Amino acid sequence: MVLDLISQGGQMLLVLLLAPLLTGFIRKLKALLLRRRGPPLLQPYRDLIRLMRKDVVLAESASWLFRVIPYIIFAGTWVAASLVPTFGSGLMFSWSADLIAIIALLGSARFFQALAGLDVGTSFGGIGSSREVMIASLAEPAILITVFAVAMIAGSTQLSTIAEFMESSAVGLRVSLGLALFALIIVAIAENGRIPIDNPATHLELTMVHEAMVLEYSGRHLALIELSSYLKLLLYVSLIACMFLPWGAAAAHASVPALALGAVAYVVKLAACGCLLAIFETSIAKMRVFRIPEFLGAALMLALLATLLRFVSGSL
Amino acid sequence: MMAAALMSVAVLLALAPAGIALSMHRRGSVIVYGASLVVSLTLLVIALLNLLDPAHPILRATLPVGLPWLGAHFRLDPLSAFFLTVVNLGGSAASLFALGYGAHERSPGRVLPFYPAYLAGMSLVVLADDAFSFLVAWEFMSLSSWALVVSHHREAENVRAGYVYLLMASFGTLALLLAFGVLAGGTGHYDFESIRAARPSAALASLVLMLALLGAGSKAGLVPLHVWLPLAHPAAPSHVSGLMSGVMTKVAVYGFVRIVFDLLGPPEWWWSIVVLAIAGPTATMGVLYALMQRDIKRVLAYSTIENIGIVFTGLGLALAFKAETMDWVAALAFTAALLHIFNHATFKSLLFLGAGSVLNATGERDMEKLGGLIHRMPQTAFAMLIGCVAISALPPFNGFVSEWLTFQAILLSPALPSWGLKLIIPAVGGLLALAAALAAACFVKLYGISFLGRARTDAAAGAAETDRYSLTALFVLAALCLIAGIFPGLFIDALAPVSKAMVGNSMPHQAGLEWLTIVPIAESRSSYNGLLVFAFVLLSGSIAALAIHRLASDRLRRAPFWDCGFPDPSPTIQYSASGFSQPIRRVFGTVMFRAREIGEMPPPGSALPARLVVEMQDPVWETLYAPIAKGIAFATERINILQFLTIRRYLALVFVALVLLLLVLAIW
Repeated sequence: MVLDLISQGGQMLLVLLLAPLLTGFIRKLKALLLRRRGPPLLQPYRDLIRLMRKDVVLAESASWLFRVIPYIIFAGTWVAASLVPTFGSGLMFSWSADLIAIIALLGSARFFQALAGLDVGTSFGGIGSSREVMIASLAEPAILITVFAVAMIAGSTQLSTIAEFMESSAVGLRVSLGLALFALIIVAIAENGRIPIDNPATHLELTMVHEAMVLEYSGRHLALIELSSYLKLLLYVSLIACMFLPWGAAAAHASVPALALGAVAYVVKLAACGCLLAIFETSIAKMRVFRIPEFLGAALMLALLATLLRFVSGSL
Repeated sequence: MMAAALMSVAVLLALAPAGIALSMHRRGSVIVYGASLVVSLTLLVIALLNLLDPAHPILRATLPVGLPWLGAHFRLDPLSAFFLTVVNLGGSAASLFALGYGAHERSPGRVLPFYPAYLAGMSLVVLADDAFSFLVAWEFMSLSSWALVVSHHREAENVRAGYVYLLMASFGTLALLLAFGVLAGGTGHYDFESIRAARPSAALASLVLMLALLGAGSKAGLVPLHVWLPLAHPAAPSHVSGLMSGVMTKVAVYGFVRIVFDLLGPPEWWWSIVVLAIAGPTATMGVLYALMQRDIKRVLAYSTIENIGIVFTGLGLALAFKAETMDWVAALAFTAALLHIFNHATFKSLLFLGAGSVLNATGERDMEKLGGLIHRMPQTAFAMLIGCVAISALPPFNGFVSEWLTFQAILLSPALPSWGLKLIIPAVGGLLALAAALAAACFVKLYGISFLGRARTDAAAGAAETDRYSLTALFVLAALCLIAGIFPGLFIDALAPVSKAMVGNSMPHQAGLEWLTIVPIAESRSSYNGLLVFAFVLLSGSIAALAIHRLASDRLRRAPFWDCGFPDPSPTIQYSASGFSQPIRRVFGTVMFRAREIGEMPPPGSALPARLVVEMQDPVWETLYAPIAKGIAFATERINILQFLTIRRYLALVFVALVLLLLVLAIW
């Protein structure tokens, strides 16, 4: 009980502390792949601290909602991230929200983010929000259907149960899981605004999606939004890790050494996924906005196929 | 208690003629709406007492009116009690709102008499216990709402809406009339008790299902019978729009449930395929239509179609599981549908009433003429925000809970043996997921364009906060959205007797679980705790705010907006409603609505501006209704010659008809 509580609290702090590191790692790696020196690994932390100390410059036409939204986005993303098993599946509060609820929490964060883009009443905020909801309207069903496929195989939408099932030998090699993994990766790329959907480093006006929505934010508000997007990236990597790379994660009510082993395994998985993402991003160009639906449509179809296979045959 | 319920309805009926007299009076609207509020609250209490009574009594009453050999039968069982709750919850909220809103009515004489009659009609439908009173109450409800739709009859658009509504309502009643005719069969016993006892053959039962789908579905707004709904609902005064969308569509669902789940007996396995095949596309098409609109009330009306699709998905799943006697899953799907009915009644009423406040304050329903209302109407804007989040199925509000339960029922469906269902349920699940995501997009647009940003017109810039009656109604509904979202277990338990009566089982008891978690089947399978999620989000948000303000910085200064270096103060630089949905229109609309964007360039030398025109076609109207209208026009042209015959020819016609009839009789 106490250990579970510590494990839950530790997880909340861990994701918060690791999230900027993952982003810093990917940035550094991308720079190295392009034969640049790149920013130091800890630069995201410094950015966050610097931003938090600065004054907020608020647009005159901004409403109270605009000032509250960064906290809502951060809280929603943080709660979601702390419910995804990272180093061990025995999370104290994992039963309070299953995978569908976690996705819906991220949906809430995005809903408010899109509203923030419209609040000040600028053209770029509108462009960002409008594109974001278009991307979300395809990415969200894709991930929900992926969840259906996985949940029907594992017999649960409870993430800790799914993680334990995936680690057991009952899972075997299944076509539908492969399709689901592929769909999940596409969605993760889209949801985090990575290349080829969106470029997190761009400030070229007409290509922005996420950056356009947060253009009017500054100071601590911007820091929270940045931190939320780091957390979201970590969340998706953890999600893929706990469903498809479950090896090494500690089971529920595990001992301290098992938890430590789980933590090491988790960091290794993060690093591996970060490397893959960096390599993928440097080897591909950004898409035109209206090519995105085709890319995401592929994820939707793959996820649907995975679900259909599960309906048609118990073993595929 | 039954007597009290019927007395209350009688008071509402008596208020209708009183409304004619009172409409001349200065305080007439206050009296009518105040009395409606009191009666609705009374009926709400009666319904709740019955629903929450652990004995689940079934109350009956027979009045000596109507058909002389039949009388009028009334019955209050758990199903009626639940729907009576929904009807009168919406009725009370609308009446409270109208206490303030109704004062601005230009022609109260066209609204006041019909409003109480409309409320009475809806309550009578759910109380009726024989086919005759059911149909009379149904027609009463349709006609009084039609009168309210055309109350602002000087706008041509409203008259057309009223015409289409009247046609579709008559069609629906005809279908229901035939359904009851088939149900009663040769015996002619029209009370529900005899109908329940008589088991129709499989073919006849299937016919009744189709007729019920046509009759109740046209009132509820199932695609393709929805065409009247987005015309009629926005045309009525806003509190009536709220009732039509939030409540009357639910009365239609009641009709379907009463006939198919109660009167028909055990379902055939393929019925659910029909229901699901209509429900899934209804959900997705409804919200896609909604995304293409720029009139607030029309967006809300189309979104009602989406939500009806979700409700019917739950009902279809419940039918499928009931047919396979997996009644514990049927109970889950059925409860999900009922909960969504309740939830939709709360947030759709809230949104329509809020739209009424906006309409009142600005005189505009067009989103592209609004903007920045969060500054001018902060309280309305706050309540509307809750409504928008709730209807987008986002936690911790109530819309999420019912969709989550529906998804859980879908996840249990691989156990169904039928191949048709195995293929259609994943597709319906996909459509539902798509509809949920599109609904969020739709309500970002509705809220963002009309309430956020900067005022686009003087009307929006000069808006004032609405009156306190209206605000009370809005906040009560908003509070219900939150309460049902964080304590869903209590609501699920209240629905247990209904599902027990209709599908033979109920969801496991939820109230005893620790932390008020809801667990539909088993904890290892799925669980959700709205209270904890809400508490966690609130807590971590406040911790972040507190920590940053204490440890880092809490300074803030105001400046003109930046907009990437192009700060243009004109409000026209903001995204418009149609601009906002342009990406989605390009992705989905090119196929579904055959949407095209045409750039019209002026001829060289002309000073006219270039224009971007968007062309869209309504696929349902084009493929179904236009050919029917054409066919009728063609046939009437041909028959028209009969109008100009000589008397001899008319006599010959009569003679031939007589001979033919006699021949038919002779052969029979």
